[in-house]
Order: sequence, then structure tokens, then C-alpha cells
Amino acid sequence: MELFKNSNFDFLGKKWPFIIASLILTAAGLVSLVVKGGPEYGIDFKGGAVMNVRFASTPQVDKVRSAIGAKIRGEISVQEVTSGKNEIMIGTELQGEKELESARSTMVQTLDTTFGQPQSGKLDFNNASQASLAERLRGPLQRAGVPLSEQQLQDLAKAMMEFRNTPPRSGLIASFDEMANLAGVTPAVIATVKQECYLAPFAIRNVEVVGPKVGSELRSKAIQATLLALAGMLVYIGFRFEFVYGFAAVLAVFHDTIITLGLFSLFNKPLDLTVVAALLTLVGYSMNDTIVVFDRIRENLRGSRKTGFEELVNASINQTLSRTILTSGLTFLSAVALWLFGGSVLNGFSFALVAGIAVGTYSSVFIASPFLIFWQNFLESRKKAPTAPVAAAPAGRKGSR
Amino acid sequence: MKSLQVKFLVILATILVCVYGIIGLPKSKDELVANWNQNIKLGLDLRGGSQLMLQVQVQDAFKAEADRVIENLRDQLGKAQVNYASLERNDPQTLADASKIEITVKGVEANKAGAFRQVITENYAPWTLTAINSTDYRMNLKPTEALALRKDTVTRAQSTIENRINGLGLAESSVQPSGRTEEEAELLVQLPGVDDPARIKQIIQTAALLEISEVREGPFPTREGALANFGGVLPLNTRLVKQLPRAGDPSAASESWYLLTRTAVVTGRDLRDARPSQDGATGRWETNFVLSQDGARRFERFTEANINKRLAVILDSAIRSVATIESRISDQGRISGAFGQQEASDLALVLRAGSLPAGIVYLEERSVGPSLGADSIAQGLQAGLIGLVAVTLVMLFYYKKSGINATLALILNAVILIGCLAYFGAVLTLPGIAGIILLIGMAVDSNVLIFERIREELRAGKAVAVAIDAGFGKAWWTIVDTHVTTVVSCAFLFIFGTTAVKGFAVTLVIGLLANVFTAVFVSRVIFDWELSGKKQVESLSI
Repeated sequence: MELFKNSNFDFLGKKWPFIIASLILTAAGLVSLVVKGGPEYGIDFKGGAVMNVRFASTPQVDKVRSAIGAKIRGEISVQEVTSGKNEIMIGTELQGEKELESARSTMVQTLDTTFGQPQSGKLDFNNASQASLAERLRGPLQRAGVPLSEQQLQDLAKAMMEFRNTPPRSGLIASFDEMANLAGVTPAVIATVKQECYLAPFAIRNVEVVGPKVGSELRSKAIQATLLALAGMLVYIGFRFEFVYGFAAVLAVFHDTIITLGLFSLFNKPLDLTVVAALLTLVGYSMNDTIVVFDRIRENLRGSRKTGFEELVNASINQTLSRTILTSGLTFLSAVALWLFGGSVLNGFSFALVAGIAVGTYSSVFIASPFLIFWQNFLESRKKAPTAPVAAAPAGRKGSR
Repeated sequence: MKSLQVKFLVILATILVCVYGIIGLPKSKDELVANWNQNIKLGLDLRGGSQLMLQVQVQDAFKAEADRVIENLRDQLGKAQVNYASLERNDPQTLADASKIEITVKGVEANKAGAFRQVITENYAPWTLTAINSTDYRMNLKPTEALALRKDTVTRAQSTIENRINGLGLAESSVQPSGRTEEEAELLVQLPGVDDPARIKQIIQTAALLEISEVREGPFPTREGALANFGGVLPLNTRLVKQLPRAGDPSAASESWYLLTRTAVVTGRDLRDARPSQDGATGRWETNFVLSQDGARRFERFTEANINKRLAVILDSAIRSVATIESRISDQGRISGAFGQQEASDLALVLRAGSLPAGIVYLEERSVGPSLGADSIAQGLQAGLIGLVAVTLVMLFYYKKSGINATLALILNAVILIGCLAYFGAVLTLPGIAGIILLIGMAVDSNVLIFERIREELRAGKAVAVAIDAGFGKAWWTIVDTHVTTVVSCAFLFIFGTTAVKGFAVTLVIGLLANVFTAVFVSRVIFDWELSGKKQVESLSI
């Protein structure tokens, strides 16, 4: 099977609608960025505390917000992570490094008093650790006539914690009787656990607290790394091809980055470290695509020179079209799998990949290649001499056969 | 033919080495799982655990060093009969200002200038002495010495924190410089399996500066009251230290102040051991300590000479207990207070581990509960499998038999990648898994490039063997270019230094390098094998 057999689409003849579409997308992204006062930074970049909490039933977002709001100064955000999974993300600001100390305990205690039963004096099984559970059960189990060695006790606590943590429980059990089938869990053990522990209707999934100082440092590092990566590419392509090729490729990649950032802003998705990692990956990926086309242009330039530069570029795009569509499609497929099934932690990361791969593929055809032609026309109009930009012969390259 | 066999052996050896790295030589299924778990290290975000980033307040150590110099200088200048009006240090507040530490000596008589200079140059080589005017001088720490002190402080803080965490028996925990910049004096503490680091934060942060000093006067109810007692100026070589109120202890119901000698009889450095214990009479928890030989000798001499005087046990600049010396004490002591069992044993732990050379400030705290880690692994596996199946199906459908070639290369790519992770001891993080999934798509790119070239050559009417040769040859430099660009962008990801993102970059780079081997070398061998033994190959399933 073949997708495009000797295809001959006139990509560059129809470039204007695409370039205009690109400009509109870029403008929309930029407007959104400007109106919202820059990208929405995640806590990695602005500092703050974020806690993901899973509830046993539909979370009462407003109740959480007012309870936390009463305890913590500054802006508070409470939002559902993925609907249907009863998971919410609570975010708060940090005024300074000092608050970093207590941010977590304040949030946990507030949730505890609002939804749990701290006054009962029992242990919250859903938020207990193996050590605290073993500690709690040691005496009572002995008194209940369940003789266990220390190792057996630890194993028992470990088995219960593992049962609680694995999907589909994912940190929350609704009733202690669910554990009845576990090895070593006898009715006497269940009875003791029931007497010593209670089940809070929520489980804390993860907590991240980043001080404002680290946040602003990471932000400048991220911008630095992205710009350096672009500069690195420019140099490499300048070395392998010619400077104008590098510039065209970097222009295309820059276009992809701006559009992806704009999409994040439009969809109100926060920018965090993993998203920047995704952006940098896209920089490399989109560059790949552009290079494949440029490689072909260079190869064709070395061959027959009967046709004009524009036709030659267009032919090169067509010759690499099958590959472009196929690889982009396959990488896109992997990214979509990650986006749909990869879970909430990677949501921003995979969203960036999905959006970026689409934009990146398109930009090598409709941004990088037209730029080469514009440059060529510009040179011609200045020099009035029909010379195509001759690709520098790369060191060590084998002659085409 | 022979070279093909050699190539096969190379591939086979690679596979065996990688598989051995991943699962070893298991004799049973349980052993296989155990080996896998041991060789493939999971990051904190997958196994659950906490990560703390903290900053060592290096300026504390600079101030302490200046104080030590001032203390010694007083004696030495006294012995050399050099009089002075004042001897003070400045008070740098931030890490950046640490090396601006400065000692000023004012009012040195002009005729003693030579003697004064001599004392300084003989004893304080790390410091430079500058004259402000004929009677006043300034001492600054030399830049090289400041750098050394800075490094030493961070290293000592690191080992102290390590000792404390190890004392808790936390397996596989680690303390390392954060690796961002040396000037920042940052340490990264990783605590696998700890999903609430509150207690550990407390233990790390305790300065654990223990001193035992002689009590001169007191208690006084307030600092002002104490000062008023001495006409507003403290007697020479003394200091005022407060005792914090303690619940459940009638002798310390409210805050009180004591006048103590400035230098301690023994300090935490003189400790040999510290253990929690329970007082037989009251049932209260306390922390007992044992002094080193040298410390014990000093303590014995002191207590013998000062019977009926009082001693104060000071921890982190606050008095924990005051007791009257009833008899000679040699090497034992205890710190009592309203402790719980855990508090008593935590205090014993930090005393054993030694005191921190400087204060600690937390910059970042990230913890992942074990349930989220388990979910992430499950979701990562699911996404990976779906991606792999989808890509394989498309390749088989599109390239037919050559699709099998690409799929074999892809699987081998994954085996080499995981093998390398195992050999390098690299940590697999959630972004790392994402890198692997992304790699599935990127890895087939090389195959697609080559296969498309071969098809083109075949269309141009070339013979199969020639077409394959040309396809690999022409695609080679494109493959190199595309790989280099991605490796370059991954290299910049390292600038961030967060473990998770690094995991992503490492996985992607290793995967791409392995990809060059599998897509170019292995695929080629498979094609050659397909062609070998046949005189004339008319068609290729591609």
C-alpha cells in the first residue's frame, strides 16, 4: 500500500491561505497571552502549593474551597482534575519561603477536620502509612488474641496498604470488609482494624510545594533552555546546510512553540516543567521534519537544475510527503495514546505533544519551505542573478548514488 | 556470507547482554520479578516518596567563624597587651552576603600597631587586614578561604543530614547537592516510600547545637528585668539565654531567663552517644548522653570544682534544663523535659548525628503518595501498549513483510533502552515512561525514511539489492541529522536539573542512540538475510 504515489501537490502555490491561517493562530495565541497577562504558570514556575485529593464520591468543590480559604491567605484554586474520577486539585499561593513549612500541614488538617473524624481518636486508614498502621495495630492485635511476630505485623500492614493503593481502589477503600480476602486478614484482624481505624472519604494523592524563589529561578532557566536549544539547532543546521536554512527551520520551530503556548493560554492550561520538556521535545521533533525536507532539497539541488527553485522545493516536499504523513501520523498516534490513557499527571505534557506534532508537521511544509523561497526571491531581486542557495556540502557525506 | 553471520552474532550478543542486564539469570518466576525490580529503578513519582530541596544558610557558618576569631583574638590581644576600644563583626543576613563577613577592630593605640599586626598575621592567615585609619582596622576573609568555608559548610551539612536520615533507617534515601549552582548551597533529599515528610523535615532542620554552661544568675522573668539587674550592661563573658515554658513542668511554667557564662563547658562535639530512656520514678521520657573521653575529663574537672553551682543544658539557643551540681559528674548527662517517646528518640538521633554547621531553609517539597505512583505505572503501561499496538498494526499494514522487520527493530530498540537504563542505574520516572512512548513513534521514523527511499528506488526500476543499498545509503545522513537535533534539545533539558525531567531526557537520548543501531544496522541485517541464499530477488514485500 502506498499513500502518495508520485504525488504532485502544488503546496507552495497554495501557501498563502496556510500562511494566513498560521498568522491567525499565532495572533490568537498572542492575544490570549497578552490579555491574560502572560502564560498561566503552574506552581513549578510561580511557586505555591498544589495538592491532589481523591474523594470517595463527587467532591464538594465549594466546601473544600471555603474550608481552605478560611485557613490560608492569598488566592486559592479548587478544580476537578478529570471528571468522573472524583479527583480535585487544590492550589494555593505562597507568600514566601516561610509559608512553605506549614503549607502542607495546614491543608491536610483542614481537609481532616472538614471531611474526616480527627476527634474520634482513631487512625485514618485511607491516609495512613504502613509504619503508622503497624504502630497502631500492634497493641490492640495482641490484646485481641492475634499473635504476630514483628515481621508478620509489618507484612500485614504492607499487604493492607498495597491493597488500598492499587487500582481500582487507588488509595481509597469504602469498607474494611473489602480486605477480607487478603492473606493473613482474619475476621479478628478486621474487627481490630475497625475498632482502631476509620475511613476518611478522601485520600491525598500527591503534594507539591515550591517556594517562590525556586519558581522564578526555574522560570528563567526554562526560557534560557528553550532559547539555547533553538540557538543550538540554528548552529547545527547552519553547519550542516547553510545559515538561511537554519534560520528558516528555527523560524518554523518558533512558530510551533508560539502556537502551542497560545493553545495552552486559550485552554487555560497551566505551564509547568513537564510542559516545557514537551516543548523542547517538539523543538527537536519539528526540526526533524524540516530537516527531512531540506535534505531532499539539497539532494535535488545537486542533481538536475532544469527547474526553478520553487518547483524544486515543491517537488522535494512531495517526494518526502509519504514519510512526513506516516511518521507524523505514527508519532501523533503515540502522543494521543499518552494523552487519552496516560493519566492526569501527564495531561499537560501530552496535550503539548499532540498539539505540537500537528503544528510542527505543518510548519515544515508551509512555514520553513516558503521562507526559503522568499529568501531566494529576495536574493534574486537584489543580485538580479539566478543563483539558488547552494547547499554547503557536509563533511563526510557520501555522494548520492 | 561470513560477515552476515558475524553481524548476527553482534545482534544476538547485544540482545543477551541487555536481557541479562534487565532480568539477570532467573531460575524461577519470582526471581525474575525480583531481578526486574532490582535492576529497573523507579523514580519517586512512580514508587511514591518525597523529595525536599533545601538551602544551607551558609552565612551562619561565616558568622560563627567570625565569632570564633573574635573570641580568640580577645585572649591573644590581651596577652600581647594590645588594648582596643571595640572588636565587632557585621551581620550578613543573606546567603549572597555571606562572604561579606567583616570584623572591625577600633581604637588600637598607634604605638601598638606593630604588635597588633603581628598577632593577626601569625594567627589568622585566612584573613586580610586593612587599616581604615591610624587606630581602626578591618578584617576580611580571603576569597579562596571564603569559597572553601562555603563548600565545607555545605558538605558538612550534607553529611549531618545523611547521618540523621540513616539513623531513621530509611532505605535508599539520598542527600545530594541539587546540582543547579554551587553558590546556591542547595541540597536535594530524596526519601522513597515516605509520603508525608513532616517528621523528617523537623529532624533535618533541628540545628542540634548542644551546650552545657555554668549558670551565673537567674532565673529572671524577662530579659529587661535581667538586664536591669546588671545596670543595663552584662558582666564580661556572659550571656542571657531564655528557658522556654514547658507544659506539665511546674519548674518551667513560664518563660524565664538565665545569665550564663559565654563559653560552654562541653558542647555537642564532645558527645559520644545519646539514647532515649524512661525515668524510672516519673515515667517521663528523657534523652541520656555520654561524653567522649576528652569531654568527660573536662566535665569532671569542672564539676568537681563547682559543686553546688548550677549548670544549664542548652539546645539550639534555648535552655532545656537547669540542675545543681551535687557531686562530681564524669561522662553522663541527660536532657529532660516534657518529651514523648518519639521526641526523645528524635533528639537522641540528632545529637548522635552531630549539629548542623548552619541553618536550613526549605525551598521545595514534593511528595507522591503510593496510590498515585501505582496508578501512573498502570496508565503508562496502558498508553504504551496501545501506542505500540497501533504503530505496529499500521507498519504491518503499510509495509507488509518489511513491517515485520520494522517491528522487530522497534522491539529490540525497547530491549536495548531498558537494558541501558538498568546498566547505567538510571531512574525510570513518569516523564521517562512518556519518553519511551513518544520514542515508539519517533523510532519508526528511521524505518519509514529508509523504506520510503527503498520504494522510490524500486519505482525507479532498480534491482531489489541495489534499491535496499541505496535506500539505506541515502537515508543515513537524514537520520543522523534528525537524531542530532533531538539529542541537542534533550541536552538542554538537563539545564533544569529536576530529576523527573532529566529522566525524560535520558530515556529519549538512550532510545534514540539505540534506534540508530536497530533501524540502520539491525534492519539492514534482516534485509540482507532475506536476500541471502537467493540468486536473484525479483520483488520485495515493502
